[in-house]
Amino acid sequence: MKKIDLKKLLSNQLLIPFTAIIILCIVNIIYDCVNTDAAFFAIETKTNNSGFTVFSGPLITILDNGSELAILAIGMTLVTAASGGQDISVGATIAIAGSAMLRVLCGGNTRPETLAAPIIVGFLVACIVGMLCGAFNGLLVSVFRIQPMIATLILFTAGRSIAAWINNNELPIVPDPKFAYFGSFIPGIPIPTTVFIAAACIIVAALLLKFTNLGLYTQAVGINESSSRLNGINPTAIKFISFIILGLCVAVAALIKVSRLSTINYSVIAKDIEMDAILAVALGGNALSGGKFNMWASILGAYIIQFLTTTLYRFQVDSSALPAYKAVVVIILVVFSSPVVRDKLSSLSNKKKALKKGVA
Amino acid sequence: MSTDKKKQSIFTKVSDTNLLLAITIVIFFLMYIGAIIFQGGGFSKPQMFFNILNANAALIITSCGMSIVMISGGIDISVGGVVALVSMCCAVHLDQHGGSVFGSMLIALGIGLAFGLVQGFLVAYLDIQPFIVSLAGMFFARGMTTIVNTVPFNVENAAFKALMDTRIYIPGMGTTNKKGIYVPAYVEPGVVVALVLVALLFVVLRWTKTGRSFYAVGGNKQSALMLGINVKRTRFISHLICSTLAGIAGYVYFLHVGSGSASHAMGMEMNAIASSIIGGTMLSGGVGNIIGTLFGVLSLSTIQNIVSNAGLDQAWWTGITIAAMLCLFLVIQSVVMAQKKRALK
Repeated sequence: MKKIDLKKLLSNQLLIPFTAIIILCIVNIIYDCVNTDAAFFAIETKTNNSGFTVFSGPLITILDNGSELAILAIGMTLVTAASGGQDISVGATIAIAGSAMLRVLCGGNTRPETLAAPIIVGFLVACIVGMLCGAFNGLLVSVFRIQPMIATLILFTAGRSIAAWINNNELPIVPDPKFAYFGSFIPGIPIPTTVFIAAACIIVAALLLKFTNLGLYTQAVGINESSSRLNGINPTAIKFISFIILGLCVAVAALIKVSRLSTINYSVIAKDIEMDAILAVALGGNALSGGKFNMWASILGAYIIQFLTTTLYRFQVDSSALPAYKAVVVIILVVFSSPVVRDKLSSLSNKKKALKKGVA
Repeated sequence: MSTDKKKQSIFTKVSDTNLLLAITIVIFFLMYIGAIIFQGGGFSKPQMFFNILNANAALIITSCGMSIVMISGGIDISVGGVVALVSMCCAVHLDQHGGSVFGSMLIALGIGLAFGLVQGFLVAYLDIQPFIVSLAGMFFARGMTTIVNTVPFNVENAAFKALMDTRIYIPGMGTTNKKGIYVPAYVEPGVVVALVLVALLFVVLRWTKTGRSFYAVGGNKQSALMLGINVKRTRFISHLICSTLAGIAGYVYFLHVGSGSASHAMGMEMNAIASSIIGGTMLSGGVGNIIGTLFGVLSLSTIQNIVSNAGLDQAWWTGITIAAMLCLFLVIQSVVMAQKKRALK
């Protein structure tokens, strides 16, 4: 009975992400015990720059800063599962969508007095632009059958240039303070708005998977394209749709990213976020070669990355040296989640059992 | 009927590798001749061509390594990070520790080998996805570069400066400048290293057992295994070669710029992947050619030069044109392959 439990546990996809979170928590608790003035789990209220009373603390920071990544992880999981490849252009398309949104909101002016269009129009334009970028990638992948990483390399190369071109390489600033609410706090609500946006996206995605066949079809296409076609699923359409959904996720992430600054920096905005988003999918234990997927695991993976970043910052790690430590943690995680090592581990525990039986 | 037969024979006679290679070379020459006709000036001078080589020697070497990994069905996005790490470590060794030039070369090779051993082991023997392994490798290399030294600086070591300023003149290829003085065309030592490596790898891929097994493993792992090829070892070697070449490329890059900085070779991995693809290597594995990769790098940098020569020097045009070219090549490849499949049927 116990043996079956262990095996089930070892093969559970959520084992690695949960272990990672527990280890990170323990590390933080030890750090708190050593440094008495630090408290990781404390959530305190303080007054921020705009004069609102808000919650603050490391946990809030993780939920706040991890939300873009969690939103992207939703789309990236679908793309990975359907096409067996990854979209490396999300950072660049965030720049494009953000730039288009600014262009609409500021109406081509660099320092406008009032908004040229309502915020919702700007956001809708960003959604359309994000979906167009997704459609372009999806077209190359599904119709022309180019490997996703290579197809998205095109927008990866051109994206930031196109973003700069949309606004004539100028950096417009949105005048309306309401626009900044999306990236910080709505007055009177002490929880960051980004948390609500991320939660809304996650709920929509969960409902979509629950009440439509999308999840099932995506897995079928990812596992075997030709046999899913024989079963009446259109693989081209499924792949295309997954890229469109990622495009929508990109637009929401762009809204948050641009709102945080009320402006944009074409070469820096969402830099390397594509790598983190792919990492989130992999940390969740999803196969990057497509097929079966678990969206919750990917979302958990996204928050783990932010958890790790926040923890490293607490240890006074320099921001430019951060990737080196991140790399070590990632390698440890993927080594333990690799099938070869798992098989070795489970056979080791089986041997122990056999030995015990022999003695008895 | 006869045209049908002819079409079939063209498409079926030429192998995938050669067909894509031919497309690349033809497009490169068309582009260069077009540049000479429409832009004249710079492009008609041989030195322009050699400058392209000088500036891209490191990219040629990394792209060759990338092609080998891609042919055997993997990917390595850590090369840009390795190049930056090598140039920073060599710069620190030469300038702050008073090391020798030979010692710095050993450091470059050592870093490349170390990355290759670890990444190759993780990919081949632990069966972890190459993208994730080399992503971690890239993070690690970029982070280590800033841990070694945060501030960018130029190397002042005399022996190194002498090596850096070495020029290899090419007889009979000079031009006379405006003052009437004859200026011979030259290349930097890094270009010689790059071209020797290209020749060497071409021979390895074409005529050695290891080289052929890269194609076999990339084409179909299962059938390679049936043929008695050690698949794990082959994948390991491909990553080892790629990272070692990235180490050498790091030194060549260092020799070209003569400084250490954490922002060196940013995005070089993507340029290397793009060059390999333009050169006819397929990411799915099993198809590719080193000579094509060389022409891929040349096409990529020629288009950059054409864009900046055309006066479109606003930074965004370079990105957009390269992407457009990449798109064109990809669609051509995809259409040609589809045609070929139809012809075979």
